[in-house]
Amino acid sequence: METQKQKLVIIGNGMAPGRMLEHLFDLTDAYEVTIFNAEPRVNYDRIMLSPVLSGEKSYADIIIHGEGWYEEHGITLHMGEKVVGIDRVERKVTSDKGTVEHYDKLVIATGSQPFIIPVPGKDLPGVLAYRDLDDTEAMISAADKGGKAVVIGGGLLGLEAAAGLRLRGMDVTVLHLMPSLMERQLDEASGYLLQRALEARGIDVKCRANTKAILGTDKVEGVELEDGSVLEADLVVMAVGIRPNSGLAKEAGIEVNRGIVTDATMRTSDHAIYALGECAEVDGRVYGLVAPLYEMAKVAAHALAGEETAGFKHSETPTKLKVTGCDLYSVGDFAEGEGREDIVLRDAQRGSYKRVILKDNKIIGAVLYGDVADGGWFNEMLRAGTDVSDMRETLIFGQAHQGGGSFDPVAAAAALPDDAEICGCNGICKGQIVQAITDKGLTALSEVRAHTKASASCGTCANNVENLLKAVLGDAFEKKAEGMCGCTPLGHGEVRRLIKANHLKSIPEVMQELEWSSPEGCAKCRPALNYYLVSDWPGEYEDDYRSRFINERVHANIQKDGTYSVVPRIWGGKTTAAELRAIADIAEKYNVPEVKFTGGQRIDLLGIKKEDLPGIWADLNEHGMVSGGAYTKGLRTVKTCVGQEWCRFGTQDSMGLGVKLEKFLWGSWTPAKLKLAVTGCPRNCAEATCKDIGIICVDSGYQIVYGGAAGLHIQGTTELGTVATEEEVIEITAAITQLYREEGFYLERIYKWADRVGYDRIKSIVLEDKEARRELHDRFVFSQKFAQVDPWAERVAGKDAHEFKPMAEFKLEAAE
Amino acid sequence: MNAQVENWVAIGPLSEIPRQGSRRVLWGKTKIAVFRMSDDRVYALEDKCPHKNGPLSEGIVHDGCVTCPLHNWVISLETGSAQGADEGRTRTFPVRIEDETVLIAL
Ligand code: SRM
Ligand SMILES: Cc1cc2nc3c(=O)[nH]c(=O)nc-3n(C[C@H](O)[C@H](O)[C@H](O)COP(=O)(O)OP(=O)(O)OC[C@H]3O[C@@H](n4cnc5c(N)ncnc54)[C@H](O)[C@@H]3O)c2cc1C
Ligand code: SF4
Ligand code: FES
Repeated sequence: METQKQKLVIIGNGMAPGRMLEHLFDLTDAYEVTIFNAEPRVNYDRIMLSPVLSGEKSYADIIIHGEGWYEEHGITLHMGEKVVGIDRVERKVTSDKGTVEHYDKLVIATGSQPFIIPVPGKDLPGVLAYRDLDDTEAMISAADKGGKAVVIGGGLLGLEAAAGLRLRGMDVTVLHLMPSLMERQLDEASGYLLQRALEARGIDVKCRANTKAILGTDKVEGVELEDGSVLEADLVVMAVGIRPNSGLAKEAGIEVNRGIVTDATMRTSDHAIYALGECAEVDGRVYGLVAPLYEMAKVAAHALAGEETAGFKHSETPTKLKVTGCDLYSVGDFAEGEGREDIVLRDAQRGSYKRVILKDNKIIGAVLYGDVADGGWFNEMLRAGTDVSDMRETLIFGQAHQGGGSFDPVAAAAALPDDAEICGCNGICKGQIVQAITDKGLTALSEVRAHTKASASCGTCANNVENLLKAVLGDAFEKKAEGMCGCTPLGHGEVRRLIKANHLKSIPEVMQELEWSSPEGCAKCRPALNYYLVSDWPGEYEDDYRSRFINERVHANIQKDGTYSVVPRIWGGKTTAAELRAIADIAEKYNVPEVKFTGGQRIDLLGIKKEDLPGIWADLNEHGMVSGGAYTKGLRTVKTCVGQEWCRFGTQDSMGLGVKLEKFLWGSWTPAKLKLAVTGCPRNCAEATCKDIGIICVDSGYQIVYGGAAGLHIQGTTELGTVATEEEVIEITAAITQLYREEGFYLERIYKWADRVGYDRIKSIVLEDKEARRELHDRFVFSQKFAQVDPWAERVAGKDAHEFKPMAEFKLEAAE
Repeated sequence: MNAQVENWVAIGPLSEIPRQGSRRVLWGKTKIAVFRMSDDRVYALEDKCPHKNGPLSEGIVHDGCVTCPLHNWVISLETGSAQGADEGRTRTFPVRIEDETVLIAL
């Protein structure tokens, strides 16, 4: 018996059982696990559906356990199979597809069902709930068609749905039965502030609105209210509440009240069967936020492993709304009542509102809107039952104002007790984080997230986790800081995501909305932001010249003595006698001190005085030459070898293709420099295998390779695939360049980007998914419309003329 | 040399210096970088980084400082001193604005 594994069957593959299995595998390998999931997919972070809806994240970003995880743990996962019956006598379950599995232990984790109000028209196409990825994808495709959306329900889910649909461009109205929004979490004052903030984003909010019917014949066309008014709608989202999904258990004769009744170890009335998650009811309560469900998961794992625990205990979970820019925090009880005292602080100017509710000198609830930084602190005292009589006067001003002295968040983090909860979603306390940092030698937020799960769900505690890291590591932390620069704790990835999601279209807007800590940024973040905006809003964003490094501002490379070098484009490294003669004449005319062949198959004119630049450019332009972009984070060179035209081994026209590629790609801005090469055969005389993108001509066509480098770091390329025609080479090159433009971090070469996001992923997008490839290509072509302007010609014509001449000149005598 | 003697010279209208940008003024062999902040404060410094003489006028301007284009030292425009761990100082020149005209004391 001891060697034979017991069979554990789980119904439902949501957030709660996923977490339970992680604990269980840490504790024991006594079980062979089988899971049934009505949804046809692996386990993902349901909380993050709202960022998926708003476009801030993709499904791939929110997967919790990829397929490899199930394999690694020998789990059988029946995806897209719903359990329709539990036979408690035979100890087996049956699915809608006829699969039968026996169990020794069964876990029911069927979550909740969205409540659909029983009005006429509720089954019309276009009426959706908001519960899973299918709902989210249906909303996204409805939003792609534009039009009007009505969201019924002004609670957490409804408002997140409304904000997401609005960001996707729909006209959105929220209908809410109660007088103010999120009335279960917010009092009226903060509900009002929230309503105003949503209205400012263009979302219509109607409170005291009672839905009478959904109108339409073949699909939804409108919503009728009790008062007789009618709203047009192309999409209706019902988000009015959830009900524990306990029908299956009830049919099997297990005790069910509101949810499936369990004891404190999550065991149901049948001792071989456990229940956890939103479907479970413990001590008369059911839950709808993940923090308590994760606690259940931990308790159940221990029970299954035969280990004692204190059992599940109720605790208050704070609520936050995941609508960027609407910061609210609510925890505990805030109803008026006997013996309760309120402390309120309003700051109309900053649109903030804070309220703390006390009973017997202890905090029992807190509602914060706008300035939510102290939410965790209030909650900590609520949980600990701290007597606050000593700080009553200053309590509402927050932690920063306690005990004089200036507020240091790192010191505050250091001072927290070990059992202070840092990550509410995952129930992770300070002690666990500190232990992981010291035991495992962690130095970065991402590592702490990977090891402890702290900040892995909604992410709002990331700052606190980072403060703990700082407190533990001291100076060692600074070097690993993940922010783009000292002006923001946000990393490049987050900044890029938020620029798109929030439609931020200028540098001051980004700095304002993302709360930059410096008024004007610095020499690190400004060029990065400028690039992100250029790349994300082609044709709309106007390049901010003051945020460009000098080389890209004056379109030449600055030299150590303050002179400049000038490199015209020599397409594919091919030149002509006339071009060479023109370059020679120009070099003489301007007394160019040095003329050199570069390592990139072209000619460098070095040591040019700044004021001579426009003149040289005019002369080069006149002979058909444009800027080689030798200074840009953009296309540099496309090196070629002679290829089929001349070489006895050449298999294709490598020079011709190189020229085509350079003419197609020039002018584009990229996160870092971009270098290509096309080589006529695998002998590789153009060195394609150490370029950002390389093309190796072979008999059957063109082998595309990418992710090479031969500078500070040497790395051979990785193969993408082989295609038959030049057209495909060009389309794929554009697609990979565009994907890199959209995802790369500033100054990150292709190889670093690919190392970060994965070569398989890039391949699946730019090579295998023909539609995605085409779309990327088209976006690249669109942005080139605005990028392919010769910057030299612009400046010869007078742009930025002040750069090239002094403002005033005085002889030395002027000072005497 | 008498430090008290100030010779104010007009270098041109304020509008000719871009906000968050700079212009160069030549004074014999000395190059002077004149910077204009977003809030229209103007500073003049010798156009020579205390590190290796980099042309400060070519740097990115932010929060009262300029980042040198050659090796990224950050120089305070008000005092001419290198910020952070770097040490060094560039000569500064007094600036005055009269009727939209910028004057510097040479
Ligand atoms: C002119 C040239 C050297 C030459 O005389 O041949 C050159 C000159 C400079 N290179 Fe280079 N690189 C030149 C080919 C290369 C090559 C060879 C190639 O492209 O085949 C490489 C290695 C290949 C690669 O990039 O992987 C190369 C790797 C670098 C690197 C390291 C990049 C990296 O990611 O590791 C830097 C530093 C940087 O960009 O941060 C650099 C930076 C520079 C800078 C821009 C340094 C600077 O920031 O001022 C030099 C500018 C000199 C000037 O003012 O003109 N240069 N540089 C070559 C110009 C090619 C062209 O026609 O545009
Ligand atoms: C849009 C959205 C935003 C949210 N935001 C937050 C938030 O910010 N903070 C927070 O704490 N919580 C949030 N929640 C709530 C949180 O996601 C849930 O509390 C949590 O996912 C519940 O986990 P669970 O495992 O109990 O159930 P679920 O994750 O719902 O999983 C149940 C699974 O069981 C499957 N299933 C059901 N019946 C069967 C059957 N008979 N056979 C097989 N499979 C079955 C279902 O298909 C489903 O996949 C949000 C929820 C949504 C929908
Ligand atoms: S290797 Fe490149 S960066 Fe280094 S000195 Fe030579 S040209 Fe300059
Ligand atoms: S010369 Fe200015 S930083 Fe080196």
